[in-house]
Amino acid sequence: MSSQTLVELRDVNFAYDHRPILKGINMDFPKGKLVAIMGLSGCGKTTILRHIGGVLKPTKGHVKVDGQVMHELDRQGLYAMRRKMGMLFQFGALFTDMSVYDNVAFQMREHTDLPEEVIRDMVMMKLRAVGLYGTQDLMPGELSGGMARRVALARTIALDPMLIMYDEPFAGLDPISLTVVGNLIRSLNDALGATSIVVTHDVQESLKIVDYVYFVSNGAIIAEGTADDIRASGEAFVRQFVYGEMDGPIPFHYPAGDFRQSLNLRT
Amino acid sequence: MPIKKGISGLGRRTINAVWRLGVAARFFALTLLYSATAFRRFRLTSREMFYTGVMSLIIILVAGMFVGMVLGFQGYETLKRYGSESALGSLVALSLVRELGPVLAALLFASRAGSAMTAEIGLMRATEQIDALELMAVNPIARVVGPRFWAGVISMPLLACIFSAMGVFGGYVVGVVAIGVDEGSFWSQMQSAVDFRQDVMNGLIKSLVFGVVVTVIALYEGFDAPPTAEGVSGATTRTVVESSLAVLMLDFVLTAFMFRGD
Repeated sequence: MSSQTLVELRDVNFAYDHRPILKGINMDFPKGKLVAIMGLSGCGKTTILRHIGGVLKPTKGHVKVDGQVMHELDRQGLYAMRRKMGMLFQFGALFTDMSVYDNVAFQMREHTDLPEEVIRDMVMMKLRAVGLYGTQDLMPGELSGGMARRVALARTIALDPMLIMYDEPFAGLDPISLTVVGNLIRSLNDALGATSIVVTHDVQESLKIVDYVYFVSNGAIIAEGTADDIRASGEAFVRQFVYGEMDGPIPFHYPAGDFRQSLNLRT
Repeated sequence: MPIKKGISGLGRRTINAVWRLGVAARFFALTLLYSATAFRRFRLTSREMFYTGVMSLIIILVAGMFVGMVLGFQGYETLKRYGSESALGSLVALSLVRELGPVLAALLFASRAGSAMTAEIGLMRATEQIDALELMAVNPIARVVGPRFWAGVISMPLLACIFSAMGVFGGYVVGVVAIGVDEGSFWSQMQSAVDFRQDVMNGLIKSLVFGVVVTVIALYEGFDAPPTAEGVSGATTRTVVESSLAVLMLDFVLTAFMFRGD
């Protein structure tokens, strides 16, 4: 593992009940870079994030974060590592019984002994960074989808993590929120000097902001490269995915038996 | 063939039930192990006591009052046949303190607070709030489950006491105020019949056990609920059914141990 690599996946295999989800994944996430993992829903993208966060253990291979093999850490070591990470969940996962302020302050109160005045200043700075200063007294139920995602982003960066993971940050957002969140991901990565991993199937928005892309299909990497490499790729799957084409290796129909036969039609 | 299918289905269900029981026992052990947070940051526990205990007060007060009033009527009717109307106070108090207080308060607690706990934690799981806690290096059992568990365990005996006290008052209203049983004998018979260790303490122990059981079932079902609308609704139903049955069965077992030979 080079000193320039923060996260390294080597030959990571994972299966649920003998059903393989990840098949020999090798990935590198260099420090300070914004890397996307793209692929269809259910291809194993989120499972990769969960391995990096140490929630799941690989059946074979390993995930190293900052030089530490995640599945070899005990609970204390794992928690110490997770304090250096932040994860933005698909729908924010804000604590619905707490105000915006308390959500952003949550980790500061849990993991530090900072006085409340300092916490207050930090919360306001984080909310200002995501453009939501003034919403601190609102409850999550009073926020729009895009705002909730930005509050969750403020909570994710509360303790200035070295690694930020985004699980489908663009899902269900309107075009303006989409651009806002996309730009925020890029600018926060650069401002904090963090490393970011974005799991997404929103090709156009992510190609605008990322440094490198891994394409995953059926639990294996089928293509990788910079945004320009991906746009210029001749790989049939990548072309179909990037340009949203109907025809290609990804079939429209679910694999099943002969439809004609099920209708008792003669061939 | 159907017999074979039936037997294998029965076996599968039994294995599943035993497996769930094991997981629930492990969950309970972890809850106890990570209870330090609930006491170190008692504010978290007292907040949950408000939601589970204080918010259950109305239903407990009203139900206790009516149960006591019904006991007043029914007890008077029966005692009158033997010319022992003056023993109404002891009948009402003993029924409530020994049985009805702990059991009915626990059943009401399961339906009101237990179901709410399951739904809340189930929805936290479904909206990834539990996963978010894990990834923020915050142990969800210590932060979410522990305070709720201890809030339930502390609230339950208090609610049972309030239920019994309200029931005694209800019995007094019907027996003394409405029917006209002698007030002096109502209270003095009660005072002499109710033994602190035998009756009050045993009633308290019962409600404490019910508090542990109902709260653990509610929390486990919520924590284990599949992250779907159907999963959470099923878990909520299971909480009420399982904890009600557990309370009634445990009541029999505890009564058999406590009051044998009385």
